[in-house]
Amino acid sequence: MKRRSVLFTLLLAGAFGLCVGPFYWLAMAATQKNSDVFSWPPKLLPGGHLMENLQGLQDSIGLTRVLFNTVLVAGVQTAGAVVVSVLAGYAFAKFEFRGRNLFFVLLLSTLVLPDTVMLIPIFEMMMKLGLIDSYQSVILPGLVTPFGIFLMRQALRSMPDELLDAARVDGAGELRVLWRIVIPVNRPVIAALALFVFLGGWNQFVWPLIALRSPDMYTLPVATATLQGLATTNYAQVLLAAAIAAIPVMALFLVLQRQFISGLLAGATKE
Amino acid sequence: MSLAPSEPAPATAAPAGRGTTDRPGRTRPDRRRLLTRTSVPYLLIMPAVLGFAIFKAYPIVASLWISLTTGNGAGRHFTGLDNYQRLLNDPLFWTALKNTALILVVQVPLMLGLALLVALGLDSTKVWLRPLWRLGVFVPSLTGLVAAGVMFSVILNRDAGLLNWVLSLFGIDRVNWLGSPFWARVGVVLVITWHYTGYNAVIYLAGLQGIPQELYEAAKVDGAGPVRRFVSLTLPQLRPILLLTVVLSTIGTLQLFDEPYVLTGGGPDNATLTVTMYLYNNGFKYFDFGYASALAYALALIVAVLGFLQVRLMGERK
Repeated sequence: MKRRSVLFTLLLAGAFGLCVGPFYWLAMAATQKNSDVFSWPPKLLPGGHLMENLQGLQDSIGLTRVLFNTVLVAGVQTAGAVVVSVLAGYAFAKFEFRGRNLFFVLLLSTLVLPDTVMLIPIFEMMMKLGLIDSYQSVILPGLVTPFGIFLMRQALRSMPDELLDAARVDGAGELRVLWRIVIPVNRPVIAALALFVFLGGWNQFVWPLIALRSPDMYTLPVATATLQGLATTNYAQVLLAAAIAAIPVMALFLVLQRQFISGLLAGATKE
Repeated sequence: MSLAPSEPAPATAAPAGRGTTDRPGRTRPDRRRLLTRTSVPYLLIMPAVLGFAIFKAYPIVASLWISLTTGNGAGRHFTGLDNYQRLLNDPLFWTALKNTALILVVQVPLMLGLALLVALGLDSTKVWLRPLWRLGVFVPSLTGLVAAGVMFSVILNRDAGLLNWVLSLFGIDRVNWLGSPFWARVGVVLVITWHYTGYNAVIYLAGLQGIPQELYEAAKVDGAGPVRRFVSLTLPQLRPILLLTVVLSTIGTLQLFDEPYVLTGGGPDNATLTVTMYLYNNGFKYFDFGYASALAYALALIVAVLGFLQVRLMGERK
């Protein structure tokens, strides 16, 4: 009995090391001189060149501007997608209306289609509207997330009808019911959804890569990718950019992890 | 301000009215119910419908049309199935499809197998520090593909990468990750596996914790050993979740783009060129929208067929 627990614990500790180890190395590498990134053996202690690398990133990609772009895009996308998802999820969960099932199935079926199918028409649409290389071009397509609507529908369905009806009998209008009951009661799932959408927006790459043209508009992943693979690439800076992309979302996750995981699982395990 | 004096009047009437909610109440809820049944849900889904129409439905239909045309802008003209014909005779498309399939066949079972193993560990009450391990294995899935790709392009470096250094501690010679066609594919598989194993493990964990404990008690009473319990009890109980993860991972891997884009650029010698990368090259490097759309539809068809087969094979048995 005792032996199995040691074996399993060691196995998990190994998995933990494989998963987290690269981040430790990344954090250390981001503080090295460029010439020390590829030293053998690898540097596994802090290098003291963090400020210099930050300055380098500021000069090469305009780090502050790029961070501003990324937060703006991900933030607006999150706010919009959460509103759309909560409203639609509420309708799907608690109302009968014509076309409900048809629309729901259509919505979910787009989850299965590769996103790439939609890239070219959306690109042409943005060209025609003159929106290429604008924040709108990146934000707008992300506002409708079938996953988010699905998640909210699942969560709101388990809310007792009596709760809503009681509020209605007390004279609350539909907006008031939504604002005063539905949203407060489901705050944890909504937070999970918000974090999920924010992560997606923060990390999104292919579409911003296509839609954004000028370095001033780049988001962090796009700017990072453009830094890489050049003959003159400063790898300490590239790795610092990767660390900046990775570490804040981890901190956010640490704070909200319980809600986040249970929110994801709500989507995954309820049929 | 002018309304203020009038307010006390209804207020004094209210206590009386509250006792007899019946009368005004009967008509008002009716009116509200009318509002509920008809307009409210439509108003609620309006933003979703609009967004869906513009950014999902229209692009899906439009790209089918574009896949039947050649040329861009004003020069676009209908060419029927020419793009699909070209696709069938395009060796690079087959290379990309073969690479994607290879990565899929190796990566999805490897990752899901590991995820199940990790989930079993996380589910075992005999393991110490479970919350810490759970957190750690989940963390990679939060990382964006670009950050992960950049990080691993250095970790997998032949001469000074972290991985080769760790391997050297075990006396293993330097591996030319990313430099040779074979190892580049292995490298891509490793990175995706690193990225998503924990995410799937956490999903499995939820599934495992949903299996009623009595079933295990009963199986023990019947004399079933651990292996038997796993095969005859755990796996069947997990089937819906296994199916979900198999389908989602298959879709994800078939659309593989970011990792090879950042890690290998599709090379060496096109060994890690994936269908989506080839699509991207055609669409946004050569601006051949017609052909790129045909590639997208071919991929969608493959996804649909594979998804259908998986559901048929693994779905509920009646």
